[in-house]
Amino acid sequence: MKLKIMLSTVAIVALSTTAQAETLRLLTWGGYAPDEVIAKFEAETGHTVEVTKSNNEEMIAKLRATNGGGFDLAQPSQDRIAGPQAEFGIYKPLDLSKIDTSLFIPSMLEAAKGNTTYEGEVYGVPHIWGTSGLIVNSAEASDIKDYTDLCNESVSGKVSYRLKRATLTGFAFAMGMDPFAAYDDEAAYKDILDKVEAKLIECKANVKAYWDGGDEIKNLLRSGEVVAAMAWDTGGWQLNADNADINYVAPESGALGWIDTFAIPARGRADEAAYAWINFVMKPDIAAMITESAGNFTASQGGDANVNDDLKQRYQASFPQEAIDNVKWYPVVPAGLEALEGAALDRINAAQ
Amino acid sequence: MKSDKSKLTFWLLLSPLILWLATLIILPHIGMFFVSLREKVGVREYETSFANYAVFFNEPLYWNTFARTAYMSIAATLLTLLIGFPIAYYIAKLTRGRTKTTLFLMCLIPFWVSELVRTFGWMILLRETGVISQVLQYAGLVNGPVEMLYNDAAIMTGLVYTSMLFMVVPLVTTLDSLDDSLIEAGYDLGGTSFSILREIVIPHAMPGIVSGCIVVFMLSLGNYLTPILLGGKDSLWFTGLIYSQFITRFNWELGSAFGFLLLGLSSLIVFLGLKLSGQSLSKTMAR
Repeated sequence: MKLKIMLSTVAIVALSTTAQAETLRLLTWGGYAPDEVIAKFEAETGHTVEVTKSNNEEMIAKLRATNGGGFDLAQPSQDRIAGPQAEFGIYKPLDLSKIDTSLFIPSMLEAAKGNTTYEGEVYGVPHIWGTSGLIVNSAEASDIKDYTDLCNESVSGKVSYRLKRATLTGFAFAMGMDPFAAYDDEAAYKDILDKVEAKLIECKANVKAYWDGGDEIKNLLRSGEVVAAMAWDTGGWQLNADNADINYVAPESGALGWIDTFAIPARGRADEAAYAWINFVMKPDIAAMITESAGNFTASQGGDANVNDDLKQRYQASFPQEAIDNVKWYPVVPAGLEALEGAALDRINAAQ
Repeated sequence: MKSDKSKLTFWLLLSPLILWLATLIILPHIGMFFVSLREKVGVREYETSFANYAVFFNEPLYWNTFARTAYMSIAATLLTLLIGFPIAYYIAKLTRGRTKTTLFLMCLIPFWVSELVRTFGWMILLRETGVISQVLQYAGLVNGPVEMLYNDAAIMTGLVYTSMLFMVVPLVTTLDSLDDSLIEAGYDLGGTSFSILREIVIPHAMPGIVSGCIVVFMLSLGNYLTPILLGGKDSLWFTGLIYSQFITRFNWELGSAFGFLLLGLSSLIVFLGLKLSGQSLSKTMAR
């Protein structure tokens, strides 16, 4: 009898603890949730974390397929929240009272809140930011200073970039246009896209292959098959550690700046754990661990203090003050704009 | 009473198949069909129309990509047949016992690893800093590195390699059932090797050829990995277009329409192939 009572108490205790400890299904980018951070979080809060690595488009596609279910926390870029929210309603508004806002760099927090607001509700807070620009092997392609230089005769057949909207944006800036200013004027934006499309088709002969994943482009650059590419800053800094000739270069027309955020899917079931994760990873010492793993800096106040000096030096070498001031931060992408870009990218891909 | 019982048994035995077909094939396709008929007119606003299908026929890019995918798949099928037929003939007619099992197993071994690994294997061989390029340079046959990846020939190699087994198996089965005495009789009656191949072996193997070709054609047409990984900047594949509509453009409506067009057009090509070769589907499947 006694044993029975004891067993049932154990069962009740077990049940109640499982009710509090939730499983956080995190939809994120590679490197944003390193194992040691997860282990610390699990030890501290009792929640468990399941990580799914993805990218912007896949995150939206996955959440759209389930109407915002299947995951409890996602990390899309700040410019890709309001549009998909308007179209598919895949996120729920954040309860900012549950987030320790003092952990964030105030200017970044305000900017991200503004960019992810839809119908008066805030849907995202910033986590990690970085830029995309050029990775150049200076021993073989020292003349590459801007995106349009990738079309130079000197690097013919040794160039790579993605067929994504970032490439359209970068080329538009390098060609002296301002695509961001034309976001709300469809005709003007179409006009810019047409010019960029013509340029990219003309440039196609120079391209070795269009890359898809970060590891693919790093392989191409490391093997020397590609000497100049449009890519993310972290990839360049990682390669620089192995080969001093290769480094990330902020293009003359300006690197493109992105901020990845935290957003809670509409049918997420572990909001407690999601807010706990946000408050946990924004602590300066944890943010430094994530910076070491992802290679990018975070929006955590003081989070860059504990980062190792190597990474800081590479960052400063790539970004003198005027290059930082010249970073073009992605504004919110209006719904429907991506259909225009998609058609242009398809035509570039098909052009002979 | 008894017939009721046997009817029940019949339906019970059939139910897994019906469930499989209904839940995994028919229902999703009905859903996809309705999605393909939605035309997006604004944010969260849709109208029923055939606009998505019109996009395919009005934009030459999509139509060209489909044609390219179809003719590359047909070429891959013919190439697989040309390479697979002698292999299958050798296995079925010229070997016995253990050798036969070993040879058959050798066709099977590449399929013990996943398609992704096989494709990466080809990438390691063909790339500019890859194995073949380095061997050629070492042997002094070429001066600089040669790039063999990122072109249509690389796709073709990958497709043929991936689908070889599906051609060899049906061919071996049909050729096995050909009585050797028929071939001997052909020689006795003064036939040449070529005329025997043309008059006896190929007509007998026709059902195997056709079913092998159908499977290989469908596999190539619906292949996603091989063309994306081995193909270069000009190598668009129709399944890649469908993927990008669904995932990177969030345009499920157009993606669904493309999916249906792929289904319809591939069925049409198979139907034409059967008509041209004078075979019928029931005859092919019965053998």
